[in-house]
Amino acid sequence: MSNKEHMEGTPGQALPTGSSKVDFSSDQEVRWCPGCGDYSILKQMQTLLEQSGRKKEEVVFISGIGCSSRFPYYMDTYGLHGIHGRAPAIVSGLRSVRPELSVWMITGDGDALSIGGNHIIHLLRRNVDVNVLLFNNEIYGLTKGQYSPTSPEGAVTRSTPMGSTDHPFNPMALFKGADGTFLARSMDRDPKHMREVLARADAHRGTSMVEIYQNCNVFNDGAFEVFTEKATKAANTLFVEHGRPLVFAGGTKGIKLDGFTPTIVDLTDGKHAVDDLWVHDERDGFKASLLVRIFHDPRVEGGMPRPFGVFYVHDRPTHEEKLHAQVQRVKQTKGAADLDALLKGEHTWMIG
Amino acid sequence: MALLPGPTEMSTTSLKPKSVETRQNVVILFAGDSGDGIQLTGSQFTDTNALFGNDVSTFPNFPAEIRAPQGTIAGVSGFQLHFGSVEIWTPGDQCDVLVVMNAAALKANLIKLKKGGHLIINTDGFDRKNLRLAGYVDDADPLTDGTLEHYALHSVDVTKLTRTALEGTTLGMKEKDRCKNMFVLGFINWLYSRENALNEAFLQKKFAKKPELLDANLKALSAGYFFGETSETFTTRFEVKPAPMPQGVYRSITGNQGTALGLIAGAQKAKLDLFYGSYPITPASEILHELSRHKNFGVVTFQAEDEIAAISSAIGASYGGALGITASSGPGIALKTEALGLAFMLEIPLVIVNVQRGGPSTGLPTRTEQADLWQAVHGRNGEAPIPVIAASTPIDCFDMAFEAVQIALEHMTPVILLTDGYIANGSEPWRFPAAKDLAAIHPPFIPAKESGSSSEGFLPYLRDDRGVRPWALPGQAGLQHRIGGIEKQDRTGNISYDPANHERMVRLRAEKVARIADRFKPIRLDSGPPEGEVLVVGWGSTYGAIRTAALRLQGEGRSVAHVHLRHLFPFNKGLGPLLQRYRKVLVPEMNSGQLRQLLRAEFLVDAQGFNKIQGMPFTSEEIRDGILNLMDR
Repeated sequence: MSNKEHMEGTPGQALPTGSSKVDFSSDQEVRWCPGCGDYSILKQMQTLLEQSGRKKEEVVFISGIGCSSRFPYYMDTYGLHGIHGRAPAIVSGLRSVRPELSVWMITGDGDALSIGGNHIIHLLRRNVDVNVLLFNNEIYGLTKGQYSPTSPEGAVTRSTPMGSTDHPFNPMALFKGADGTFLARSMDRDPKHMREVLARADAHRGTSMVEIYQNCNVFNDGAFEVFTEKATKAANTLFVEHGRPLVFAGGTKGIKLDGFTPTIVDLTDGKHAVDDLWVHDERDGFKASLLVRIFHDPRVEGGMPRPFGVFYVHDRPTHEEKLHAQVQRVKQTKGAADLDALLKGEHTWMIG
Repeated sequence: MALLPGPTEMSTTSLKPKSVETRQNVVILFAGDSGDGIQLTGSQFTDTNALFGNDVSTFPNFPAEIRAPQGTIAGVSGFQLHFGSVEIWTPGDQCDVLVVMNAAALKANLIKLKKGGHLIINTDGFDRKNLRLAGYVDDADPLTDGTLEHYALHSVDVTKLTRTALEGTTLGMKEKDRCKNMFVLGFINWLYSRENALNEAFLQKKFAKKPELLDANLKALSAGYFFGETSETFTTRFEVKPAPMPQGVYRSITGNQGTALGLIAGAQKAKLDLFYGSYPITPASEILHELSRHKNFGVVTFQAEDEIAAISSAIGASYGGALGITASSGPGIALKTEALGLAFMLEIPLVIVNVQRGGPSTGLPTRTEQADLWQAVHGRNGEAPIPVIAASTPIDCFDMAFEAVQIALEHMTPVILLTDGYIANGSEPWRFPAAKDLAAIHPPFIPAKESGSSSEGFLPYLRDDRGVRPWALPGQAGLQHRIGGIEKQDRTGNISYDPANHERMVRLRAEKVARIADRFKPIRLDSGPPEGEVLVVGWGSTYGAIRTAALRLQGEGRSVAHVHLRHLFPFNKGLGPLLQRYRKVLVPEMNSGQLRQLLRAEFLVDAQGFNKIQGMPFTSEEIRDGILNLMDR
């Protein structure tokens, strides 16, 4: 139903190999299902790194468990495919000792928000310098189709044949609550936007959290089609840009702030102008808290369009910066390591 | 030991010169409410004796609750010290001297005092309220009802004497009363012919910024000492001469300190940074505390959000080329289990310390046990053999921590080090080594000149003749590779579901671990004949009690040998033949027989168990009885 508009990265399609370009794809055969949204993300990631001029050996991909977490095997970089939910902890240890590396974490809605929920919030609060790609497909794919912590209430899945009764997470609101310093959302069907967002994430120092709506065409096909399909995309999505007013639906509608309440206004009825609208300021943490709360089903009467783009950027020292600054301070005050002095301790006595 | 003089009346009038009697060794137990400062009194008296030249062994014993109800049995904190002019291997079975600050401390500990032993009580802790809280019902009073008739009772109103000594200071009553422990320390220093000097220096440092508290504590310490001199509570002082210990410079060390220093020394000898991922848990937290003080050694401590993150972050650090370490106790190790399997599967260096405590589940957090051996050896999904080694004394914690680092780094494997609460908190004098005498550690790094790919590309699981894979670090050009928890193809590390490959990999990984036994030194008896009637096989913290019992029985002409295992998986290759040279094998353990079953399974030997599962260490007397029972059977 939603496979008509495939762009780049379709399986079987040869990856472009320019003679001057470094090829970041590994020699391993990619084994995602044909038509999976993961292919598009892999392609954009490889393109971004190829364009970045980074050396392969300086890049590390760490993942947990799930379809998305096979990602490191397809990159000709260093990679570690870990255990379910624990990638943030593995990343935290790696970054603590190797702050010069470019570290990317690949995770999914189950990996990051269910089994690894505890680790993801602590990664964000510590502000470990890593770029996180959260492949959100609102389903458990690798275990063959159970509902996930982002599946909407009522979702009919293998484990919820009568509909899910669980309330889902709003991931970005959760990440904002955990004091994330870079929050963004993109989608597999908009490669250009994804690449721009990933480049911004790469440039940010600290935990860059990028949620990517990714279609699982086998177990949850069309979950995001209202946002991704041409016919419905404009009316139901809100692409935010720093310093620009919040407009959507081809410039015919906008969002203004009525006190603390975002409200949709019609820009064609002569009563509202672009000047009335909420202007996106990605450095404004309070407004970002409101923006990430726009999480309605736009198809429902009064529903707001789903925001995409970079929602929030905040500069705060990273975990590893503070850690190493402290080690340096201690080295200055206590002096370099002297193992003999350490073994000797503070009180000794002589016998004989 | 000769019986000591009987009960004496307290008086502070005369100043008769007092006689001094020499003792070979003394066991003293300080007990009081957990707020009484008992641990400090005990550790300070220990330091003084160690500095004097005695051999010492200690056993701190405190409640799980931070502020357990005052005056109750649950709130009793104890510190047992064994010091002597001879080799000391345990904190002692029965006490020669018991110092109690209140009725609950008496009730909880009287059973540990030898008949005829000295009992020093703080009378203020025996008022009606304290007696009731301790569970003495219907006006029962142990001080007067004959309960104590077999002991040398010395009643001292420590509270009142301390308050009197501190008259004129500006401190409030509560603060004055907190100096009671120093009064007791001063008195005990006098009783054992020790000086206050070391304790004074300690107080100067501790209260450098609080002159009023310093002054009060010094006054109380000195008042306690002079009380001994002037009162007639004791007509005799004692003296314990220095022990014939090997010449050298000594310090005092607890097991957890030893573990922390051994880990740092290992990292230093491998020229690596040390990353310690940890979640606080009793009785392992002191390792985190100790390591976090030494950041100038390239030590990074990471207090993780949970036990799983603690080990996972350590795996990430090892992946990056540091020495990754995590520690916990049983319940925390259980949480780390899946990640342990990952570290095994990745074949990455990692040290996991389990400071064992009473289990199962939350169990007995502040008590000791050896019941996590099976967890260490078997507790993973799939076939994931991990080397397991164990420390036997506080000093041995240093040696075994160092060895754990050596094995992990040189064999690219996680290593489990087992210690327990008994040796983790206990202390002994340590003739510490010189850094230059510690072996250099050589991880299988790939030299920069070899970077760059062969025709086959880089092979992350190409093994050397010991079965060990190379350690390629992110950042090394041409060595990009992917590793993970999914079964991997031999040599390349790529994902493989091939049936024959899986079997080959399971065998290769097991063989690599089995071959670690090639590096162990030949097995050595701790004591006893090379063949004979009984071989006592011990492991871990039972060392001192078994050694003491075995030496005694050997002295009595019994055919008893003692071997103490440090390598529990894989076993020392000499162990099988050794077991065959004795008619009977006895395995004392603080569990229901975990090592015994491993020995039976591995060597088809009819090993007998001798087991104590009370959260308390064996006494050497108990071990002796156990050996004699087996001999008579």
